[in-house]
Parts: sequence; C-alpha cells; structure tokens
Amino acid sequence: MTDLATAPASTVEQVDAPPGRKRRRLDRETTLMLVVPPILVVLAFIGYVVWRQNATLTGAELEQLKWSQVWSLIGQHARLTFVSSVLVVLVAVPLGIALTRGPIRKFSPFVVAFANAGQGAPSVGLIVLLAIWLGYGFWTAVISLTVYGLLPVLRNTITGLDGIDPTLVEAGRGLGMSSTAVLLRVELPLAVPVIMAGVRTALVLVVGTATLATFINGGGLGAILQTGISLFLPKLMVAGAVLVALLALLIEWLGRVLELVARPKGL
Amino acid sequence: MTTDLSKAPEPTDSSGSTGSGGSISGAEILLEDVVKQYPGQKSPAVGSLSLTIPAGEIVMFVGPSGCGKTTSLKMINRLIEPTSGTIKIDGEDIRGKSETELRRKIGYVIQGGSLFPHMTVEKNIALVPKLLGWDKKRIDERVDELLDLVSLDPGRYRKRYPRELSGGQQQRVGVARGLAADPPVILMDEPFGAVDPITRQRLQDELLSIQRELRKTIVCVTHDIDEAIKLGDRILILQEGAQIAQYDTPEVVLGAPATEFVADFIGSGSSLKQLSLARVSEVELRKPTTATVGERVADVKQRAEAAGDRSVVVLDERGRPVGWPWLRQLKGDTVLEPTEDLVNIDLRSTLNDALDTMLSSSHGGAVVTGDRDQYLGVVVFDAVTEHIRSLEEEARD
Repeated sequence: MTDLATAPASTVEQVDAPPGRKRRRLDRETTLMLVVPPILVVLAFIGYVVWRQNATLTGAELEQLKWSQVWSLIGQHARLTFVSSVLVVLVAVPLGIALTRGPIRKFSPFVVAFANAGQGAPSVGLIVLLAIWLGYGFWTAVISLTVYGLLPVLRNTITGLDGIDPTLVEAGRGLGMSSTAVLLRVELPLAVPVIMAGVRTALVLVVGTATLATFINGGGLGAILQTGISLFLPKLMVAGAVLVALLALLIEWLGRVLELVARPKGL
Repeated sequence: MTTDLSKAPEPTDSSGSTGSGGSISGAEILLEDVVKQYPGQKSPAVGSLSLTIPAGEIVMFVGPSGCGKTTSLKMINRLIEPTSGTIKIDGEDIRGKSETELRRKIGYVIQGGSLFPHMTVEKNIALVPKLLGWDKKRIDERVDELLDLVSLDPGRYRKRYPRELSGGQQQRVGVARGLAADPPVILMDEPFGAVDPITRQRLQDELLSIQRELRKTIVCVTHDIDEAIKLGDRILILQEGAQIAQYDTPEVVLGAPATEFVADFIGSGSSLKQLSLARVSEVELRKPTTATVGERVADVKQRAEAAGDRSVVVLDERGRPVGWPWLRQLKGDTVLEPTEDLVNIDLRSTLNDALDTMLSSSHGGAVVTGDRDQYLGVVVFDAVTEHIRSLEEEARD
C-alpha cells in the first residue's frame, strides 16, 4: 500500500493516544499538611486538658482558665479572625480585580505599596492608633485586623490575575464572551489557587494579630496572656500562648482545606 | 443554522452561497483599504489591505513574522480594531453589531487549542452555543457530533479536562470549539503550530476532510509555506506592513511567483512542492503491454516485441496488477503469478508519493490502480516532469 494520501486517519489514531488520565490531585506534601496538623492540635489540646485538670492554680489563674472563660475567649478570637478575614476578601479581591483592569491598572503599584505599609506598620501601633480614632471595641479591632491582612490577598489577587495566560483571555474574547464573562468564568477561576494562598496567609496573620485585640477591649485569647504578663503568672502566659498557637494551627489547616476545596478541577 | 453534520449543510441565511449545489456554508469576507496604525509607530502594522476572501474557501495568510498577518486576521473578528477601512462579512459591515455578537458568529481557533484548563472538553466546546442560549439537549447533541467530527470518541473524552489530553487532541477540541455554533466564517491563528509534525500532518488532513464536508470560509494564519500550500485554496503572501506580495492559488504561487520576495519566501524546491499538489490522475498514463496470468509466454513476448516493450505488466484474472517482469524474466510455457510483491499507487495519490515509489522501482515508473485495485496504466518520470513543466507554463500565463 503506497496510498498514504487517502489512508483513513482513524487507522493511525492510536499514535495520538492520550497520556493516562492523571488524577494526581494531592501530592505527598499536601496530604501531610492536611493530616498532620489536626492530629497535632488534638494531641496538644489533650495535653493541655490533662495539665489543666491536674495543675494547682491560684485564684487569678483559675479565674482566667475557667472552661467557660476559655471557650468564650476562643469564640471571640475565632469571631475576630473570621469577620476580619471575610472583610479582607470582600475588600481585597474586588480591589485587586479593579487594579488589573484598564486605566486603573497604573495605580496598582501605589495601592500595593500602601498595603505593604499597612502590613509593615507594627500591629500594636495600628490597633492603638485606630482605637484612639474610632474608640475601643470589637469593630475597631476588626478594622485594624482587616487593614493588616489586606496585603497578601490583594497582592495575590493581582498576581493571580496577571499570571493568567493572555491567550486564554483573548480566546475567551475571541469566542464572543463579554469582558465580564471572561473575568468571572475564565480569569477568576484560574486565579483562585493563587488568591486562596493569599487568603490562607491572611488568616494566619489575622489569627496571630487578633491576640492584640484585647488591648482595646476587642476580646480574644489575648486576655489570658495579658493577665499573665501584667500579674506575672507564667502558667497563664504559657497556657495562653499554647491556646493561641493551637487555634492558629487549626485555622491555618482550615485555610488549606479551603484552598483545596476552592481549587477548580482540571488545574 | 445546521447542526447535522452528517448531511451537507443547507445554505444558511447568512451564507454567501454561490449556488454551486448549495453546499457552501461559508460567507464572503471583504477587506477594503484596511489600515492598522499603532500610536507611536512610524509605519503602520497593516497599511491599506484590500482583499476578497471567497465564500467556502480556505485562504492562508503567510509571511515572515511581523508582517501583519495575525493583525489582519484579528481585525476580522475585531480583536483588533482597524484604524480605518471597512471589513464586510457577507456584505455586512462588521461594525454593524456588537463585538461579542459578531464573534459568536465567527469561529476562532488558536494555536495549541487554548482550551480553558478548568473546563471539561464538553464545557469548552459548549461555550459559544451556551452564550447563544441553545437549550441543553441541542448543546449535548452538538458536542457529540463535533467530537465525532474531529475523531474523538465522545463517550471517552467529553468529561476530560484539557490536561488529560495530548497536544493533538487538545488541538482537535480547539477546532471543535471553533466550529461549535456552526459559524459561516472560521479564523485560525497558527492552529497547528504547537504539535509535532506527524500529528500536524494528520490534523491538516482532517481539516481538509472536514472542510470538504462543511465548506466554510476559513482564514488561517501560518508561517509555514508548506502548510499554506497544502491547506489553501488560495494563499495570501504578505510583506512587511501587510503589503500583498501575491494572492493566488497555490499552483500559481508556486509556478509563477509574482516577485522575488515570493520566490524567496517559497524557498528552493518549489517544483518539488508542486508534487504534493498534483495527483497521479492529472498525469498521462502509459499503457505498456499487459499479460494475464495463465497466458502463453510466447504470445506475450510476441505482443511486447511488436509494441517495442521490454517488460510487461501481469494482471490476475480480475484485472488487478500482480507483477511487472522484464521479458527475459518470463520463463516456462505460461505466465505465472510473480512471487515478489508489486507496489502499486492509487490514482488519487500525490505525485510526491508516486515519485517515491518510482524511485525504488527498477522500471523507473509505477503501476497505477483505480477503484478496487483495477489496473489503469503506468506512470513514468517523463510524464511527471512534462506535467510539472505544463503547470509552470500555465501559472505563468
């Protein structure tokens, strides 16, 4: 047979066989980071409980480490973290999108510099300054934490959107999608992994910094530390630090889960 | 709009059907004095391009990089707005409707497929039909149909993500996506640039066979002159600033390059390139003496000597060639079926393939067969060179 020109394409189809379906969504590191932290947190917390039930505590220590008190402080701390983080996303993502569009684009270095300064400023200073201006309380703490956590999400939103292959955007436009449709259905989904990495960073920043909220009556686990420091009660200091660390680990882990869940399939 | 690809598409309202059996589903594209001048650049990227792209044809835009071929292409679907000039599709000015509306009626196929990695094959293909508001059932049917058309099994590939496909398969899906809403015009930007040569050749063949069925107007940018020659009904060769160096059929471009630039661009061996354009059917076949298996050798020799032939083509009882022995190789009483294999070429083969066979034959020719391997004659070197000469003369006229 020399008739190559009319040989049906199907007979040679197999040459173009697909690379086996790869379902490698979780690599080793990701799996470890998903499994290990919750186990560590649970073990450490059990350790804390054992210590708490057996330690001889003074009046002030007992007052601060009462279970009802501890749970309410954890609740406050978590609430501070979540409210601030949600605000961070609500502000930083649209801002980041705006800063990658059309004429506003040229302002993006300035805004990023500003956000950089927001994060660079000492967090205690930021909280105290805002409190002088806005008064004490939960919401002032939330606002300062939001300012503090803005940068990673903003920066990652901009990086994520800028990092998308421009031919994909052009493909979307060329197929007849409006620019909004391209943004919502192509650009944002593709930028989600990078944005979510920023969100996780922001969560960790915020959960740590929320410890300072107690200085302006914002609540949170900082109260235990503050009492421990001001009355010099080392047991309180350590207990407070351990609880904050455990909560931070747990929230970081939640961030990872969120990142994984939000990641579009196929990437 | 037709969605049934198994039948020849009916001409749609928007088609520029020229009445040739109503099989053309493409539309004519007209460019008039189209200019694209980027601010801050001395010379225009595209300087006054006027061009008619006939309905139902494949027109290849070729030229060196930076010649403005891609810019010219993207002005047709308004990804780039011309500075001045008019572009009409099927007689309608493309500025008459919104960009997005225009683009949904123009297929767009990009290098490597440019599939959206977070969407399945199915969702990638269904994108434009969804934008056009087709109902789910129609979209599903269309996706299956298109996957069939580009030789991918719908059951296997619908739900896959692009990264689970090979480069060639991604490109196929890209073509399917471009065809999804059955647009009269399809723009292709270096469609097969990112795949290996073997896959590229197959994709090109598939595109040609799809085009035979659909008869769209296809405008395709490439930097590969061989691809242009193979795919194009016409080739537009552009020089810097999208100056037309030549716009003609591949035969004419190869046979009579308009300028030195074109000749340089085609490169050496344009006659060799002609060989992949011409088919054996275009060449005059010689009819040497034939013999049938079982005939008396003496009779055959007598006939051959009378005709001045030193070899005979041996056919079996159903008229299929089985051997091509020299007379001195015919021994015994009756003609036997030769033992060695005879390599035949089909009447539809390109001269390129024919020459390949001829070169390995001791006769300096090749036996040509038609449908069901029926013997038709012999193609020889002289006939091929004669044909190339006549093609060149034709092109010069």
